[in-house]
Amino acid sequence: MLTIICLTCNPQHTTYNKMRRRDFLRNTALASGAFLIPTFLKPLEALAKGELTGYKNLVIIQLSGGNDGLNTIIPFGNDIYYQKRKTIAINQPDIIKLDDMQGLNPNLSALKEIYDQGWMSIVNSVGYPNPDRSHFRSMDIWQTASDSNQFLTTGWIGRYLDSNCQDCKNPYAAIEVDDTLSLAMKGSKMKGIAVQDPNKLYQTTREPFFKDLVHDHGHANLNEDNLGYLYKTMIETYSSADYIQKTSKTYTVTGEYPATGLGNQLKTVSKFINSGLQTRVYYVSLSGFDTHVGQQNQQGRQLKIYGDAVAAFVKDLKQTNKLDDTLIMTFSEFGRRVEQNASNGTDHGTANNVLVFGGKLKKAGIFNDAPDLSQLDNGDLKYQVDFRDVYATLLDKWLNINNSQILNKNFSGLDLV
Amino acid sequence: MNNARHLKHLYARAGFGIRFEDLHDHENWSVKKAVRKLFKASEKQEPITVLTENIDLRNHPKDQTDDQKKLIQEERNKQEKALNNAWIKQLSETDAQLREKMTLFWHNHFACNIGNAYYEQQLNNIERANALGNFKTMLLQVSQSPAMLQFLNNQQNQKGHPNENFARELMELFTLGRGHYTEQDIKESARSFTGWGYDGKKGEYAFRPKAHDDGIKTFMSNTANFCGEDIIDMIIANKQTAVFISTKLYRYLVNEVADNAHIRAMAEVFYHSNYEIKPLLEFIFLSDWFYDDKNIGNLVKSPVEFLTGLNRQFYISYQNPDVLMQFQRTLGQVLFRPPNVAGWPGGRSWIDSSSLMYRMKIPSTILNAGVIDFTGKADPEDEAYLAAVRKQQLNVIKRVQAQPDWDKFLHDIPKNTTKKQIAEFMLEPLLNKTITDEINISPDIKTTIIQIVSTPEYQLT
Repeated sequence: MLTIICLTCNPQHTTYNKMRRRDFLRNTALASGAFLIPTFLKPLEALAKGELTGYKNLVIIQLSGGNDGLNTIIPFGNDIYYQKRKTIAINQPDIIKLDDMQGLNPNLSALKEIYDQGWMSIVNSVGYPNPDRSHFRSMDIWQTASDSNQFLTTGWIGRYLDSNCQDCKNPYAAIEVDDTLSLAMKGSKMKGIAVQDPNKLYQTTREPFFKDLVHDHGHANLNEDNLGYLYKTMIETYSSADYIQKTSKTYTVTGEYPATGLGNQLKTVSKFINSGLQTRVYYVSLSGFDTHVGQQNQQGRQLKIYGDAVAAFVKDLKQTNKLDDTLIMTFSEFGRRVEQNASNGTDHGTANNVLVFGGKLKKAGIFNDAPDLSQLDNGDLKYQVDFRDVYATLLDKWLNINNSQILNKNFSGLDLV
Repeated sequence: MNNARHLKHLYARAGFGIRFEDLHDHENWSVKKAVRKLFKASEKQEPITVLTENIDLRNHPKDQTDDQKKLIQEERNKQEKALNNAWIKQLSETDAQLREKMTLFWHNHFACNIGNAYYEQQLNNIERANALGNFKTMLLQVSQSPAMLQFLNNQQNQKGHPNENFARELMELFTLGRGHYTEQDIKESARSFTGWGYDGKKGEYAFRPKAHDDGIKTFMSNTANFCGEDIIDMIIANKQTAVFISTKLYRYLVNEVADNAHIRAMAEVFYHSNYEIKPLLEFIFLSDWFYDDKNIGNLVKSPVEFLTGLNRQFYISYQNPDVLMQFQRTLGQVLFRPPNVAGWPGGRSWIDSSSLMYRMKIPSTILNAGVIDFTGKADPEDEAYLAAVRKQQLNVIKRVQAQPDWDKFLHDIPKNTTKKQIAEFMLEPLLNKTITDEINISPDIKTTIIQIVSTPEYQLT
């Protein structure tokens, strides 16, 4: 969020505040109904924390740039892997073996314990027909859940919010721990909310000028037109900021997290979940996976950040009895080509693995066959699982909404949770 | 008053908003005269020429070191920034605001997102040169620009191995719209466009006869040995193209809710003028319905319109213009980086909780030397750069370091103008009581102005 030094609206300027309050009171006599707070602001305070156990959360972790899945979950049992990756293959002794075919990149060592506990599932070869190798477009496809020749302007979580289901009527039903909101979180009527730091968001919305705009807005501004939409968004932000800040500050995270960006973001998610925030979907991203050059070190660093943070998060949730109610899914917009390039890196590819974590997985471990490295499509992996079947599973079985309503056609889903 | 409101509306839509100095000059102009003046001011051609080198044309050695590659990646990034800055500057300073406004429209219509900023600059200049000219001429030039040939893979479209990407988007997004062509039309027209490409050594359009399929094709019930130009002729001859463009333009300039009668009238004008854009725009700006209350102050400004409007209104100069790219990233619209070939969806999709808060805060950070601590997400295309420089984040600018020309701004406000009149002038929607109350009690004129541009109303045009 942002802070500003602003002469006009410094919240610490008490005389200004007092003056404003006086004016506020004086003016209400003229503006009838100015004190009426819209009804959707009200129920927030009425929520009791206890009633929220068993509230299921979905946490989505996006790895931006196209993570090389083959060096993440390594098919070391397949010779082709070593043939095609002469200088960037991970040496057998370093790999953390999961079965006799696949193993973890050594930088993911923290996840071994999680895997052994049965809290991790690896879905291999996830993709879509006619894959697009542009970051922009492929991310767009993953976030909107479109076909590769279809352009949707809303995200799949956004459409979940639009469905107006019991748990998704408020913007904070979906929170992105970030400065800005991803397309995935934008519906046509409803949108999630981006919160990097609940206190900052709260303070930003409480500057006297904005406060007055919210409280004195008058009903004329809540029409169906664009001005009404702007006022409604402003008021919802105002009330959500209050709700998120007040609720989340009641809980202090006890788990240990690495001091990384992703570590902090997941710690914030833990705070939100454990304080009983009525949020169904959380979204965070980690950048830096576009490893065309000198891949091993770069990807290694990012995977370590990822593995350490996720392991800390899962253990923390286990500790607080929330792991059974939480499902974590990690994806990237595409995998990379099977054969390395001449710069000790990899170029944009297609199908990739999706990692899922949770306390109640139906099939923990390796969910399906390791990627087929011999039957390639022009040097790229052929997808075996449509990413929308993964989404469908989450929608049907975790968010309790018929996936065809969100994905525009029905996907059969996987027996994953 | 009504005339002033109409002029204000015209300048908000045909440009990026009126300034007090303009009002001073134009107060007594009729709408007709103002339209004439807007076109007059946009007669001059100001191509962007900041990029002089096409990096792809360099003689790249085959075995570059990692450091050399990194260096080139950094150069590409610099070019992209320079191009972005140059256009924002032009948008903010030019007198030819109608031309720039329409260039922005075509930029979104012919959305293109590639790694070569030089080709992007070239495409942008094609759109600018034809912004008020002939649609068919522009369509042909766009289709043959290296930028579009590369972006929509026509470079790979060859006899025997057709690539249908360009043919599909040409009809779906550039001309006819969904439902007005068949899959067979796509296949056959893709064959007609085989051989259209660009010469990688010169960076110019080149037709490759050997790659061209010169067999018989059937397109929209016509059968012959069509080439690409023939396909474009047939698409243009189809009135649906005029309807499609008119609809999109209506949503951009008038109202997001389409009015079919008005759009039909627009399409007639467009079609019968052989797709000349100027008569179509004149028709819109001189129609009574353009000035209907429901069409005033109801469009959500795009982030670029929002930033441009601020810059123009307050004559802002930036010590470090890169901050403008940071703002674009935060607000969700980076020039030359549309999300896909369909462009930015626009309208309400610009607004969510965080983008609205930023929009309401950014004016005070610019006008009042504020501090920022937001970055916006890295653009997907920045990922290679981030990976190469081993950072997870782009450099963040913390201080805006901008100089608004307050003296000029305040000097241009006519004497005895009340605060309420200032607000009425600067905001397109009608004022509500809260805003009036707030500005009436604000301690000084600068505070009033900053409050005015920090409202939900200011997001509309």
